[in-house]
Amino acid sequence: MNDVLVEFNNISKFFGSVIALKDVTMKVKKGEIMCLLGDNGAGKSTLIKTLSGVHKPDEGEIIVEGKKTEFDSPRDALDMGIATVYQDLALVSLMSVTRNFFMGREPKRGFGPFKTFDVEKANKIAADRMGQIGIDIRDPSQAVGTMSGGERQCLAISRAIYFGAKVLILDEPTSALGVHQASVVLKYIVKAASEGLGVILITHNVHHAYPVGNSFTVLNRGKSLGTYAKKDLSREKLLSMMAGGEELNKLEVELKEMERISS
Amino acid sequence: MSLKEQSIEGKVMDERLRKVSKLKVLLNRPELGALGGSILVFIFFGIIAGDTGMFSAYGTINFLEVSANLGIIAIGAAMLMIGGEFDLSVGSMIGFAGICIAIPAIYWGWPLWMAIIFAFSMAVLIGYLNGILVVRTGLPSFIVTLAMLFILRGATLALTRLITGRTQVPGLRVLIENDPIAWIFSADAFKGLFIWMGSLGLIELRTDGTPLATGIPASVLWWIGLTILATWILMKTSYGNWIFGAGGDKNGARNVGVPVNRVKTSLFIGTAVCATIYACVQVLDAGSADTMRGNLKELEAIVAAVVGGCLLTGGYGSAIGAAFGALIFGTVSMGIYYTEVDTDWFKVFLGVMMLIAVIFNNFIRRRVTENK
Repeated sequence: MNDVLVEFNNISKFFGSVIALKDVTMKVKKGEIMCLLGDNGAGKSTLIKTLSGVHKPDEGEIIVEGKKTEFDSPRDALDMGIATVYQDLALVSLMSVTRNFFMGREPKRGFGPFKTFDVEKANKIAADRMGQIGIDIRDPSQAVGTMSGGERQCLAISRAIYFGAKVLILDEPTSALGVHQASVVLKYIVKAASEGLGVILITHNVHHAYPVGNSFTVLNRGKSLGTYAKKDLSREKLLSMMAGGEELNKLEVELKEMERISS
Repeated sequence: MSLKEQSIEGKVMDERLRKVSKLKVLLNRPELGALGGSILVFIFFGIIAGDTGMFSAYGTINFLEVSANLGIIAIGAAMLMIGGEFDLSVGSMIGFAGICIAIPAIYWGWPLWMAIIFAFSMAVLIGYLNGILVVRTGLPSFIVTLAMLFILRGATLALTRLITGRTQVPGLRVLIENDPIAWIFSADAFKGLFIWMGSLGLIELRTDGTPLATGIPASVLWWIGLTILATWILMKTSYGNWIFGAGGDKNGARNVGVPVNRVKTSLFIGTAVCATIYACVQVLDAGSADTMRGNLKELEAIVAAVVGGCLLTGGYGSAIGAAFGALIFGTVSMGIYYTEVDTDWFKVFLGVMMLIAVIFNNFIRRRVTENK
């Protein structure tokens, strides 16, 4: 059985003479958390934007559930069930939880020009959904600004799932959070995956990625250093790949060589 | 901390639910300040000018009419402000709409109703232009509509003098009779009720036995009607939700599929249409159009919206608040004549009130977004 949700094969993206991405390949299966790691400037942002339909790849192909596809806009990706939660979360802090949850996709009641935003139904769904992940929003009409960073992140993820996401792309969901908040969000991500979603978790924090990830793709200077299953990769190895450990090793060898010659 | 961990397992946490009193819910509403302000103003004038006729039927109609005129444009301004933009061209639009009615009706022989429809069409066009310029260029609406303020006022003056050779266009009064739609902006409502109240001696009469206050002016009904409509839109429709979203965080709203540009453009059309309603009421009431009509009204509309609880940064506010903001403005501007206070002090009051409102709004915003 083929449970690969989305595949990206040999994706390249150029901006003029700059090679932002070159031959990046990765895939996400149902129920899998695929961590995409990379240092600053590794091309993570460009890759996310390519995956979510903001940029069109110059080379390579995107295959969604076995079918070759092209995204002309973020809307296309969304219609295919690929939802991206950006770092800014697309939440308005002055607006209520409910109004944020349904912003742009409000449930309607009535007919014709008198179609109204069904606030009661929306309140109920929003409170239910947040309750399911154990976030007790005391009052769904309270402003999002009153929520903690972790709760906001969970709200944004929960919204994406409610509106039919099959693949979630999460951009640095834990970067702005404290240890406890981050663990709340990570638990929720694991829960979402266990219910059959594919998750692409983008982060530069190995300590957040390693415990939850099933496979890891490391990006360096626009190129993939390969995808590894968790069993083939120790945390130390991952850390050293991330930190440019190979470069440091090479440097060490060279220094030793210089020492040997001079002595 | 441990409470939150439990919550991940999906347990209900009753201990974190706390009862919020009705008062506290009310305290977080944007219109609270203006509502409280209105009550204070009424108490103040009730004590100072209670026996002067300010609160007689005639006096009441007077200050309600002033409030209503401002309220009509304040509601448009408030909705736009919630949507995150300003429109400084409202005042000029009033003057422009006025001559758009008067010149075709007087000089070109159009029926009045056609001239009124023409004025509204021009309003839609100019509002659309404002909106497109703002969303396409990404320039602050402050600058774009400031330019429109001068362009429209200049065009109003130049065109009127070109066509008529003067700056005023009188002679509309005779056209109002028998016009199929002019009454929407000029008729008094509940005339019978006022005559009946007059006959009972409840309200003052003229020497000929007709009541001094002939009825509820159309502008007051427009004011109330627009407030209800705007509140319904803001609270009960998807479009209302988009207005809050577009003003609160346009990128966020766009990312979840809100057509931000369309929302903002339609709000600019809204302010221009409100300005035209104001112009219709004024022109038909006075029977003439004046190129300087509506001067500085854009600022008064913004004052009313801000006093009504709209944040200058967008994403927060209410139409009811703006309506009360206009009520405060109208009550004080009329009420001051009934007091011993020199009317020159009115603008001082206006400025102080606006300052207090802004400081208060800032406090409210902090309450809403930071009571963790």
